[in-house]
Amino acid sequence: MGLPMMSFRPLRSFLSELWQDKAAAIGFAVMVLIVLMAVFAPVLAPEDPATQSLLQRLKPPVWDARGSWDHLLGTDNLGRDVLSRIIWGARTTLTIGIVTCVIAAMIGTTLGLWAGFMGGRTDSVLMRLVDIQVSFPGILLILLVVGVLGPGVWTLIAVLSVTNWMVYARLVRGIVSSTRQMPYVEAAEVIGCRPSRVIFVHLLPNLVSPLLTLLILEFTNIVLAEAAVSFLGFGVQPPDTSWGLDVASGRDYLFIAWWLVTFPGLAIVVTVLSINLFANWLRVTSDPEEREKRFARTIAAKRRRRRAT
Amino acid sequence: MIEFILRRLFQGALVVLGVTATVFVVTRLAGDPVALMLPLSATAEQRAAFSAQIGLDQPIWIQFARYAQDVVTLDFGDSLWQRRPAMEVVLERLPNTALLVATGLGGAVLLSIPMGAVAALRPGGLVDRLTTSLSLLGLAMPQFWLGLMAIMVFSVMLKWLPTSGFGTPAHLVLPAITLALTPLARFTMMVRAAMIDELNKQYVQTARAKGLTLRRILRVHTLRNILVPFLSISGWELITALSGYTVVVETVFGWPGLGLTAVQAIQRGDLFLVQAIVFSIAFMIVVIGILMDVISKLIDPRIELN
Repeated sequence: MGLPMMSFRPLRSFLSELWQDKAAAIGFAVMVLIVLMAVFAPVLAPEDPATQSLLQRLKPPVWDARGSWDHLLGTDNLGRDVLSRIIWGARTTLTIGIVTCVIAAMIGTTLGLWAGFMGGRTDSVLMRLVDIQVSFPGILLILLVVGVLGPGVWTLIAVLSVTNWMVYARLVRGIVSSTRQMPYVEAAEVIGCRPSRVIFVHLLPNLVSPLLTLLILEFTNIVLAEAAVSFLGFGVQPPDTSWGLDVASGRDYLFIAWWLVTFPGLAIVVTVLSINLFANWLRVTSDPEEREKRFARTIAAKRRRRRAT
Repeated sequence: MIEFILRRLFQGALVVLGVTATVFVVTRLAGDPVALMLPLSATAEQRAAFSAQIGLDQPIWIQFARYAQDVVTLDFGDSLWQRRPAMEVVLERLPNTALLVATGLGGAVLLSIPMGAVAALRPGGLVDRLTTSLSLLGLAMPQFWLGLMAIMVFSVMLKWLPTSGFGTPAHLVLPAITLALTPLARFTMMVRAAMIDELNKQYVQTARAKGLTLRRILRVHTLRNILVPFLSISGWELITALSGYTVVVETVFGWPGLGLTAVQAIQRGDLFLVQAIVFSIAFMIVVIGILMDVISKLIDPRIELN
């Protein structure tokens, strides 16, 4: 009976610590809501995002005098429901973001582990490769590749992963090459553990928390990059939905239909902001040194407040 | 110092070589340049003639040798869209991008130092919380959206500024602000964090105990100490702006710089012009990187090239 209860404890302590930082807690809650929105898009969306209706073109949102309850956030130039498109757009954005981050993290972690574990020449060659690729002109190169290969979701995912693995490689390599010097790793090697065992049992667990934090922080970069590339017309293509794409198609109606550009853009802002709020908190919380600093700051702030009253 | 610069130059040459090779592989091996550049209606003979004209009928290593020669002599062929040398187009558009980036990033640098410093004086205070929240908001806004919202408010609703175009100082205002906002947010956060760390150090306490004014401590001591990290982050932002922000901002505002030209060239399948732009941007990124490292080392001789 005791065992199932035990498994909830880490979750509960996580939530209670998160609650101490209200902004991060709100960010986390919004993040969960957006994920749920993406997962349950078919149920939540009032209408099909691609259904056009010539009679219902460019209807303003419900609070406008000409708005109606049929379309809470209005309709676009083809009569498609803006709210439904935003709900479905969450799916595209999150899928591209998650898949890209995972692929990039896998490439980066593998190369970083390899560099950090082998050391010496392998290390310097691989890290030089990272240095070189970091200085590549990011978006321009993405546009070039997409321009040549033709746009599409998978092209976008492939290109974004190939241009974003370097941060992971740097992080992993740094941690691995420093933990390799630790006595317990040396001991494991001395008693004859195979390299694979050293990597998976002794080195990888050190990486889980920093990698997870970096993954979440990087996620927002991918969301913004996907939106920008889709906005420029080189990313997600119609009839698929994407927030960046919707902003681009609303651009021609900037003078007569403000809601077409405003709402999909707000969706991006809210997503990125909430993830950033949560990720910043997570970064501090998972780093003992930063956590101590934060603790000291809280105490200092309390003391100041007490002095003031 | 000489050795430092030489090693840095070597590294920069590797980057340029890497970009060159990537562009070559992407354009020649992954895609079909002929199909991309000629209209669909072109006949088989026209395709073959064009292919021979740009050297695609040669073995791949000869193609690369020719391509490398083009890169070294900075001759990227004629732009099919503009019907003149691609490099000429680049040199014509470059000053526009430079103006936009200089105004935007310059403004961001000038504003962020006082904002970050004031926020750092009382961490957790009202000013600090306001600056931090605004910075977080600024970092979450995609620039294309910010630009369109700015057009909607200042051009469509208030009619203060032109929606897009180029020529007068009024045309520069909105693009520059749009370009500046993300760097401004990042700079402010950085200055604030660095200042808080710096103000908690012992030497600040000593200086205060000696009776120095806060203004003097900031100006003479702490701001100098955050100069090097600030310089490296602004170099990084400059690089990001050149390789990404400008493309988006110039497209939104129809600003005739390198970014907008790159987008138009890709849409028209003008491969030679795209190559010339990507190469020039990569080259500028390398030069900026080297300059930043050299300046940092001049300011703080303790820095070593890793």
